[in-house]
Amino acid sequence: MTGFDLIATHLPVLTVVIPLIAGFLTPIVGWIDRRLPWYWVMLATLVILLITLSNLATVITTDTIHYKLGGWNPPFGIEYVIDLLNGFVCLIIAFIGFMVAIYSKESVKKEVPGKTTQFYTVFLLLITGLMGMTITGDIFNFYVFLEISSLTAYALIAMGDRGDGVVASFNYLIMGTVAASFILLGIGYLYAVTGTLNMADMHNLLPDIYENKVVLAALAFFMAGFSIKVGLFPLHAWLPDAYTHAPSTASALIAGLMTKVGVYAMVRFMFSVFTPAFVIDVNMTEILTWAAALAIIVGSVFAIAQSDIKRMLAYSSISQIGYILLGFGLVNVIGITGGLLHIMNHAFMKCALFLVAGAVFYKTDIRNIYQFQGLGKKMPITTTVFLIAALSMIGVPGTVGFTSKWYLALGSIEADQWIFVAVILVSSLLNIVYFWRIFDNIWFGHPHEIENIKRDEAPLTMLIPMVILAILCVFFGFFSGYPIEQIFEPLATTLLGGVP
Amino acid sequence: MTGILDVVYAEYNYWIYVALMMIGFYAMIAKKNLIKKVIGANIFQTAIFLFYVSLADITGGTAPILPHVHGGEHVEHAADVIYTNPVPHCLILTAIVVSVSTTAVALALIIRIYNEYGSLDEDVILAARKSLQPEFSEYARQKSVDEVSRQ
Repeated sequence: MTGFDLIATHLPVLTVVIPLIAGFLTPIVGWIDRRLPWYWVMLATLVILLITLSNLATVITTDTIHYKLGGWNPPFGIEYVIDLLNGFVCLIIAFIGFMVAIYSKESVKKEVPGKTTQFYTVFLLLITGLMGMTITGDIFNFYVFLEISSLTAYALIAMGDRGDGVVASFNYLIMGTVAASFILLGIGYLYAVTGTLNMADMHNLLPDIYENKVVLAALAFFMAGFSIKVGLFPLHAWLPDAYTHAPSTASALIAGLMTKVGVYAMVRFMFSVFTPAFVIDVNMTEILTWAAALAIIVGSVFAIAQSDIKRMLAYSSISQIGYILLGFGLVNVIGITGGLLHIMNHAFMKCALFLVAGAVFYKTDIRNIYQFQGLGKKMPITTTVFLIAALSMIGVPGTVGFTSKWYLALGSIEADQWIFVAVILVSSLLNIVYFWRIFDNIWFGHPHEIENIKRDEAPLTMLIPMVILAILCVFFGFFSGYPIEQIFEPLATTLLGGVP
Repeated sequence: MTGILDVVYAEYNYWIYVALMMIGFYAMIAKKNLIKKVIGANIFQTAIFLFYVSLADITGGTAPILPHVHGGEHVEHAADVIYTNPVPHCLILTAIVVSVSTTAVALALIIRIYNEYGSLDEDVILAARKSLQPEFSEYARQKSVDEVSRQ
């Protein structure tokens, strides 16, 4: 019992330590037996999932968890803080990580032949980076984890399509370095004026010096840096190539998580390091909403023009990131609830869609959507998952996408920004256009030898995570009341603080 | 007399940092050669290191090590000694490690790009990729294939 108590106090830090150590042990595990790393990664991600669940339960039932690394007190030492916001983001990271880990077995064997051990090592290190970014309460520690996650993402993308994957990875590296350097500069500016690196401490110290131009410059650096990281519209150039040419498993993981954690970080800096009042005061939220509205429309329009399914999904991601940021930019409780909800929903939907794209590629080597004819007969379960996730992306009632879009629209109305309601509607119509082309090909396409198509479903390890994600898309579509009341609305209220 | 030169001279390290940062940024964006882009990134990051180190420094400051602590004797006039701030130095040590690893990854990628395309010039690589994968004309190509098969 004492052994358990000993571990229980260290649960927050274990979410970062376990994937880190497991990641570095993966080569040894792979050296013992080539098939083992898959089980090893599943085990590690499952353990993290359980720990994050327990952490979130603790946060909901009691209070925010503060963990002091090495026993050093907060303003001097590094502190890990788990509140509702990052407890929930951590849970999503662990859950999607676990799902993708289950899925990865066959896909990685096919797409990264001979390098599965290296792939899984980097996979776990990416989870480490994302977890660390989310959980930390210290802005420099945040930067280090940001770089860990970026470097591992470059490596994962470079393992993809021969040539193209490497070029995509290099372009992402250049953009990512600019973004990370901006964030580092912002941290330096804030440190120069406050003399602390702790987020909570900074939150208390900053209001006295808001008239200082250095603080404004720091905010600008952060927003520019994070906009590159999340792929907000004018700064999205790295994103489509990176998502398209990464291995399917890596695409699902990166599309599902990287940008979400970027958005989380943006929100954390806007509302928990700076105050909402200040961010509104310098018009940053207004800039954000308009950029987001532009991203929503332009992302959807670009998605229509694509014929590669992964590239189409990547452009769709750009538009979905717009939705999330629109919710936060509105700075009212309903809008932020919608944004938070959409972080979760988009992680489920986009992950499911990329997993489907990977499963189709695994079975048929096809990524061009005009060659999808007859796929509905060949892979019925996979295409059904695709249907559910795509309907959710469009926002059909009964799926999660509807709930979050509903909240975003209500939030826009409450903020008296009717134009954003129009933007959401138009974008939903555009979503129908680009997904309909695929439905059309999958179920209504008429290949000449459609009678000869045999049922040839993806392996079970691929089907299980896809089906679970699709079920969740529908489940939260009908039963989103509990998480909204228990997590998202209180969270939105706390994030906003005293601001109406 | 406080001319513009004095303003520049008073905080010349910050001006150097800004100039270096812009040079690096320019190289990352405008240079076509991939190696030059990486060099640009390095200059950019070095500028930030310079910024952090200048931030820590104070006129007349010394290394933050307590003098005469061994032997049990107490430090006299400890308050008179001005120390530079050690925290930014520690931070930047970490950032240097990050920068080195980013450079290593970038160079590794460049080696693979060179093996694949036989060039380090962005335009040449772009042209090679376009000819291999005409992504935007994929629909048109598919259309023509369909038309041929229908006839």
